[in-house]
Amino acid sequence: MTHHRLVSLLLALAMALLAVEARAQDPRLEAARKEGKVVWYTSLALTSSEKVAKLFETAYPGVKVEVHRTGSQRILQRMMQELQANIKNVDVVHTSDAGHYVLLKEKQLLMRYTPAGVDRFAPGFKDKDGFHYGLRATVNVIAYNTQKVSAAEAPRTWKDLLDPKWRGKLVTAHPGYSGVIATHVLALVHLHGWDYFKALAQNKPMLVQSAVDPSGVVASGERPVAVDGGDYTFYQVKKKGNPVEIVYPKEGVPLVVSPSAITSFAPHPNAAKLFTDFIFSKDVQQVLADTEGLYSGNPQVTYPSDKPRLSDLKLLSVDAEELEKRNEEIKTRFVEFFGA
Amino acid sequence: MAEAATAARPRRWEGLDRATPVWLLAAAALVGLILMPLGWLAYMSVRSDGGLTAAHYVRVLGDPPLQKALWNTVVLALWSGLMALVIGAPLAWLTARTDLPFRRSIQSLVMASFVTPPFLGAFAWVMLAGPNAGYLNRLYRELTGAVDPLLNIFSMPGLIFVVAIYTFPYVYIMIANTLGLIASDLEDAAGILGAGRFQVARTITLPMVLPAILSGFILAVLQALALFGSPAILALPAGFHTVTTQLWSFFQYPPRVELAAAFSMPLLLATALLLLVQKRLLGRRGYAAVGGKGGQRRVVALGRWRHPALGVCLAVLAAAVFLPYGILLKAAFSRAWAQPLTWDNFTLDNWSFTFLSVTTRSAIVNTLELGVLTACVGAALATLLAYVTNRRLVAGHQVLGFLAVAPVVIPGVVLAVALFVAYTRPPFLLYGTLWILFLAYLTKEMPVGYSQSDATLRGIHPELEEAGRILGAGRFRVLREITAPLARSGIIATWCFVFIGVIRELSASIILFSPNTKVMSVVIFDLKEEGQFGAIAVLGVFMLVMTFVIVAVMQRLLGRDVMGGRQAGGAG
Repeated sequence: MTHHRLVSLLLALAMALLAVEARAQDPRLEAARKEGKVVWYTSLALTSSEKVAKLFETAYPGVKVEVHRTGSQRILQRMMQELQANIKNVDVVHTSDAGHYVLLKEKQLLMRYTPAGVDRFAPGFKDKDGFHYGLRATVNVIAYNTQKVSAAEAPRTWKDLLDPKWRGKLVTAHPGYSGVIATHVLALVHLHGWDYFKALAQNKPMLVQSAVDPSGVVASGERPVAVDGGDYTFYQVKKKGNPVEIVYPKEGVPLVVSPSAITSFAPHPNAAKLFTDFIFSKDVQQVLADTEGLYSGNPQVTYPSDKPRLSDLKLLSVDAEELEKRNEEIKTRFVEFFGA
Repeated sequence: MAEAATAARPRRWEGLDRATPVWLLAAAALVGLILMPLGWLAYMSVRSDGGLTAAHYVRVLGDPPLQKALWNTVVLALWSGLMALVIGAPLAWLTARTDLPFRRSIQSLVMASFVTPPFLGAFAWVMLAGPNAGYLNRLYRELTGAVDPLLNIFSMPGLIFVVAIYTFPYVYIMIANTLGLIASDLEDAAGILGAGRFQVARTITLPMVLPAILSGFILAVLQALALFGSPAILALPAGFHTVTTQLWSFFQYPPRVELAAAFSMPLLLATALLLLVQKRLLGRRGYAAVGGKGGQRRVVALGRWRHPALGVCLAVLAAAVFLPYGILLKAAFSRAWAQPLTWDNFTLDNWSFTFLSVTTRSAIVNTLELGVLTACVGAALATLLAYVTNRRLVAGHQVLGFLAVAPVVIPGVVLAVALFVAYTRPPFLLYGTLWILFLAYLTKEMPVGYSQSDATLRGIHPELEEAGRILGAGRFRVLREITAPLARSGIIATWCFVFIGVIRELSASIILFSPNTKVMSVVIFDLKEEGQFGAIAVLGVFMLVMTFVIVAVMQRLLGRDVMGGRQAGGAG
């Protein structure tokens, strides 16, 4: 309870500060107000993205954020479907599949825009051509329900999950829905080959869609062990008092940097720029780290004491171009092994 | 029927009627509504850059995973139909012909199961019978100390079970309706001639209700074939596809619309064929005993079987209504749905999150707008069409009647694929607007609306209208001042049926929505993919309350049991 209250107090304080700062500084605010809103397609978990939207609306009264939250792959699908029907709706697009940005850039659907202050971001968070930047990062982890699995018997490595004793006890999210998982699958294919997933499928994991969902499944005890999922989602359910523990496998954890970009056809370009600057500001990045458990490209951001530093983890990175090229293969083979 | 045929023979002067353009317009709207998307669908399934091709068919029918999806659908539909029969037939007999206690309440509760959106039921059953966290399984383990779950809802049998408990009302309605029309004379005669109670049932009652049994079975199979939500919630986590979920996944980026179109065809043909068989079965119903009004229907005394029979009914209703509704309510007020609802676990956050969220709020508004709009236009169009066909106002009215019920054979997902193809290109760019959803709903609800209006208009004798005409009133005036007031309650019932159908629609919406045009069912599905149980439960409860309010309004206005209206619609 007190923890909760402290966080809300900090949030309110941050919002007030941001509001004052923003109003004093930004000449684009008038233009953005005329546009009235910014349309944000985002794969950030619904509660988190609505929180960011509220922060922005408080900081810039008169500019609304229209949040459309779904899985990364669904975002790309909807955006392309809309463009095919000549609908230009989205201003800012944010998914967890870096490959999407290779595709979108190639199709000239992105605007070149560098948000204020990202020059100091870590190299993995910056597009060399300046079209997109990493808004947040997470790593894929194993997690287990502490009421069903003791720390001693919990899996420690990715390969531990292949043990037949986990048959019927695992849950995985889906690369056909989630960019976090698509990245994860490619990283582990590099590490252990497709045979790893073929063997994992023998343990009959339950298939869910979003990389957010395994945390709920493990918390409820429906499956005691998650074989993937963003560490921040497990961190959040753990913070809420659920019996969940996170394992960072020693073989390395797939790093997922989720880019954000403004579209080349943005119907509200000024609001989009204002919003992009806002979400990349140190204060919002700090909020994402504090309340959501996400990692930031900004080296000044500090993390809760119970979260490992990225520098302490062995990170498995994936090349965005490769992710784009092998997108179809990842989805097809996953369905081939897991059935749906 | 007979009097309508003799009294309303077309007359020469009707061709010159001022109102004729209106009838023609209604007819044209119907043709456009149904034939245009289906035409596009057929074309898309054989389209290639260099002319026509059968390649898409070869590919979808030759691909093992897709064959598996087809087979899964066959298994699901047949078993669900069978189970619906096993549940629905005895229940119908018990409530229609015996002295079972609480007959009326049981009938109302079957109605509740009937209007429950199947995807909500499936979702509730995830919480009830998930193999580990499921409430019933935990209870079972606690009581018996067993390790294995009692039920695994994420499996084919689990899926069949959940589909069956929400499709059995179709069987129930067909049979209860027929049983209500069969007089007891023949049964009495057989009894007098020395047949035992069981022999009477086997040799007299059963043959008379057999067409209703078969056609109820077919209706249930049709429902199971077309469902999207339940397989998406229960089959995908278990690692298998059905045709509908497979069709939906064809729309992932890059979309393969041609394959989706080709893969729609087996489903479309299957449903068309089944419906044809059903029509034959009902059409051949030559038993003079069925359909008449005379004769008494005697109540069968169950004797010592009264209470066991009541127990069976309650068990079915527990599975379909009590348990799912209970767990939804609990989840709506819980922080963690799998934990007991203690004071610590109690919360109103789910409610505030759901109703403060911009996404859900706009979805609720969209749903209500679409519901009201579709219900108004649908009820008007259905009434006009039923009027045209009943009074034989244009040439080819039989075709119109057929077209109006034809969408029954089009599963929602297939309809959506067709509409998507038809309305994402010039001259009709409707994707991204509420209008494409409106068209989908209007088409999908037309069979129900038309059947209901048809039944209403059949009950209104044309002689009153003719009196009006003789006194010099135009068709419109007669329609406005004589027919409409007489048909009022029937039209309101049509409105309600369409409205209820619209607010629960998922299978077409899931393909046709765009981020600005989300409806409640789509938001529920989105939340499901993200595992937000609390918010789903809140929206689900909200949706159910809305449905029951409409049902209550309907009952009050009609002054009779709504199922009676549905029966007339279904049978007509």
